[in-house]
Amino acid sequence: MKIIVCAKQVPDTNEVKIDPVKGTLIRDGVPSILNPDDANALEAALQVKDANPDVTISVVSMGPPQACYMLRECLAMGADDAYLLSSRAFGGADTCATSTTIAAGIRKIGDYDIIFAGRQAIDGDTAQVGPQTARRLGLPVVTYVQKVRELKEGSVIVERQLEDGYEVIECKTPCVLTAVKELNDPRYMTIDGIVDAYNKEITIWNENDVKLDPSDCGLKASPTQVFRSFTPPPKGKGEMLEGTVPEMVNTLVAKLTEKHIL
Amino acid sequence: MILSEKHQLIRKLCRDFAEKELTNDILDEVEESGVFPQEILDKMAKAGFYGIKIPKEYGGSGCDTLSYILMVEEFARVSPVASLYVNSPNSLGGGPLVMSATPEQVEKYLKPSITGEKVLAFGLTEPGAGSDAGGTTTTAVEDGDYYIINGRKTFITLAPLSDYAVIYAKTDLKAKGSKGISAFLVDMKAPGVSCGKPEHKMGLIGCATSDIVLEDVRVHKSDMLGEKDRGFINAMKTLDGGRLGVSAQSIGVATACLEESIKYAKERKQFGKPIAKFQGISFMIADMAAKLAAARELVYNAAVLKDAGDKDASMYCSMAKYFASEVCNEIAAKAVQIHGGYGYIKEYKVERLYRDCRVFTIFEGTSQVQQMVIAGNLLK
Amino acid sequence: MAVRIIADKCKGCQKCLKNCPFEAITMQGKIADIGPACTNCGNCLENCPFDAIEKVDDGNKGVDITLYHDVWVFAEQREGALMGVAIELLGEGRKLADEIGCKLCAVLCGDNVNGLVDELYEYGADVVYYANDPALVTYNTDAYTKVIYEAIVKYKPEIVLLGATHIGRDLGPCLAVHCNTGLTADCTKLDIDPEDKKLMQTRPAFGGNLMATILCPKHRPQMSTVRPGVMAKPERVAGKKGELVELEVKLAEGDVRMKVLEIVKGLEELVSLTDAKVIVSGGNGLGNPEGFELLKKLADRLGGVVGASRAAVDAGWIDHSHQVGQTGTTVKPELYIACGISGAIQHLAGMQTSKIIVAINKDENAPIFEVADYGIVGDLYKVIPTLLEVLGE
Repeated sequence: MKIIVCAKQVPDTNEVKIDPVKGTLIRDGVPSILNPDDANALEAALQVKDANPDVTISVVSMGPPQACYMLRECLAMGADDAYLLSSRAFGGADTCATSTTIAAGIRKIGDYDIIFAGRQAIDGDTAQVGPQTARRLGLPVVTYVQKVRELKEGSVIVERQLEDGYEVIECKTPCVLTAVKELNDPRYMTIDGIVDAYNKEITIWNENDVKLDPSDCGLKASPTQVFRSFTPPPKGKGEMLEGTVPEMVNTLVAKLTEKHIL
Repeated sequence: MILSEKHQLIRKLCRDFAEKELTNDILDEVEESGVFPQEILDKMAKAGFYGIKIPKEYGGSGCDTLSYILMVEEFARVSPVASLYVNSPNSLGGGPLVMSATPEQVEKYLKPSITGEKVLAFGLTEPGAGSDAGGTTTTAVEDGDYYIINGRKTFITLAPLSDYAVIYAKTDLKAKGSKGISAFLVDMKAPGVSCGKPEHKMGLIGCATSDIVLEDVRVHKSDMLGEKDRGFINAMKTLDGGRLGVSAQSIGVATACLEESIKYAKERKQFGKPIAKFQGISFMIADMAAKLAAARELVYNAAVLKDAGDKDASMYCSMAKYFASEVCNEIAAKAVQIHGGYGYIKEYKVERLYRDCRVFTIFEGTSQVQQMVIAGNLLK
Repeated sequence: MAVRIIADKCKGCQKCLKNCPFEAITMQGKIADIGPACTNCGNCLENCPFDAIEKVDDGNKGVDITLYHDVWVFAEQREGALMGVAIELLGEGRKLADEIGCKLCAVLCGDNVNGLVDELYEYGADVVYYANDPALVTYNTDAYTKVIYEAIVKYKPEIVLLGATHIGRDLGPCLAVHCNTGLTADCTKLDIDPEDKKLMQTRPAFGGNLMATILCPKHRPQMSTVRPGVMAKPERVAGKKGELVELEVKLAEGDVRMKVLEIVKGLEELVSLTDAKVIVSGGNGLGNPEGFELLKKLADRLGGVVGASRAAVDAGWIDHSHQVGQTGTTVKPELYIACGISGAIQHLAGMQTSKIIVAINKDENAPIFEVADYGIVGDLYKVIPTLLEVLGE
């Protein structure tokens, strides 16, 4: 059995700060990390492998060569091999074009039974690439998977998270499942895993390797375009209440009453 | 030193693990009960920390000394006592076996210590013989296929929690000084072996230290570690490595002290501004950071020299241990000072760090012993 | 459009490097070079002191956009009831349709939910496209995608809006890829360019650190998902009528590869953060899960619900359904009380449009105070009990 996991290297948005004076993003020293939902996707695959050692897990990503570091982390957690789709031609891709490229990479890896992806990446929060990749591969997709209940011959039973509960869905395999963080608790790498990860080759493919025309990749194949971007203006600073705790609370209640909030 | 990607990934694993597992609640609990949670130890073993530096053929991961240093440093940054646990099997516990064990001894003692199934202690120090191992009075007298061991070891880290201990004892009673000492693998449950009461320590609470008392303990000859009468060399080489472990703990604790001080100095306001704005405080922080950076480079460099087999490596290990542990104590003291009254109460992390690191200039060779080693190398 | 460096004009000042939010620009010798991470956001353009960066046509293929008309709203229903966001979208859709000068249409899928058709008219739909089939009783990715995709191909809407619910965020990407068009997720603002009538879709990126306005110039339909709670609900006009277009549902064997076996409602009470008038939120500063019990008391007293920051959810103190912020729910209650929340940017992104924000935090430098209308520096365990006392029963 073969499982493919889609992963992305993202800047840790928790560490991104705004320059209070200039209102610009401060990205200095912001670490790049394995996208959190993707770690859940990988963990889901590893749990299948724990139960059945014949399973092989391939991780695929699209990104610059530096993304190899993230792929090594995946290998160190227990994935068997890793592929990076990397080329100038892939640059500037929106989700639509990204899914074309990732689908082409997955097609080339081939022979898969299940594809796990994270629900969304924290740098874009779109939650689109997983289902779009599935559609491009002609596969059914279940998003927001919070539990894998059963792997059967030819199908899988999963729980799909809803805002107020969940659905139990049986889906034919091969299929794409996108993971939310409630799905599992990703394992740590191991020291042996790190050692092995650096003894492995990461396969790097460009558009020719995955048989894509440059016009089907990256910016040229992206229907959406960023017209402009800006840092949101912070709401003006309000009033700091002063005095003892009871004084502050009384002032607050008075102000809120005055504004008809209470 | 610019770390390789692999070293960075090892650091990341250790930091993630330490920060996620060793929460403040758990650390307070350890401090309170004196017991380190077994489930965290199991997780440490599973992640492979216990064998990071042990060669692959002995069941470890075979990483270099720098990897090991990074691991100990990252654990000490969050919890000095936790760093003892990941350090021990790689250092004083497993070290003597890596050097001298027979294949059978590797299977029986070393491998289970890496998987966390068994715990190994290092029994060298005696009431009358610390770094002066030549003063060893524990004896091992041949009796057929056995040796009969008598004596008392003291300040043995992990002793009450150990399954086995490497015990150094005089096998040639006539030999003078450091000569005629052999190493034995002693089962802590064997008749005649007992532990003293765990010491009430100033810091590093959660890792019991006690005496090991040996009364007519019979040890089979197959459990002699290494060559007869050559145990002292084994002990000294193990301590060489152990020194680097303490130096790594030192920079880890110093890092935590610096981080806590910076955070506190920015938050704490006096006379209408954060205390970080006062030169008295900001210069202290600058001083701490510069000394820590120097210590870190020295430690990393010693690790690299050791792996390269450099002839001065041993002296550099002593320098690293001496300098890093002294600087760590200095930084911890300043951290408490910057915290003012709050640094003296247990709610703030620096209080514990200050107590925990005090022993760094003492155990595994005091600063003065390290100075002797360094001077001895230079003046020979 | 692609962004390009004009080599002759570039002075190598590196301003663009520092301003690039995606770290896509590097120095090649003394000249800046735009790498593959570029998303054409244009930040560098605005910041270049030498006008050495330009936007150029990249030969992006497209479709004949003149064939596409009307604004569609996906009328998401669950168990026969319209989702609030669908109604909000009808309000927003009305505004867009009026600006373009076209019709507002709703797309309804379900099994015998005929009653909703009138409701959609009353909320402003001129046309309702209705797919009525037992296979559509609950949301099913394959079935809904096929039916709506076929309708898009047949009727060619120029804009399709979906709620950014767990269902809308599943359906949207599937539809977009079939139509080979763009989809902008989680929009917080939609506008029509007054000149060329294109849809300008604004959404947060980088955990809310950056806002981006996105266009879909050459492909149709222009698709967006919109966060629940962001747009205002329109007035319901009783008795308003519109045109009904029934959609053909042709689902062959093999078209639908998944089956919903069961729907389980959360055992926890439903936290409707989006509809709440008052939210009392807790963060890291609570220190423990029990802190939420205190917040619950205050929320109950004020007739509100309890929210949480990501830090509190990550710590396992409270269920993620309470999470407010970039990765949780966007809220805009009348009153938002942030207790022990430092105000990480991604939290602010989800609550800063609240009408009144009260922040209680020990750290007077906490960023939450930057957005708060009223700030109290103090221990929430002292402030909240006092507040409860003052408010009385």
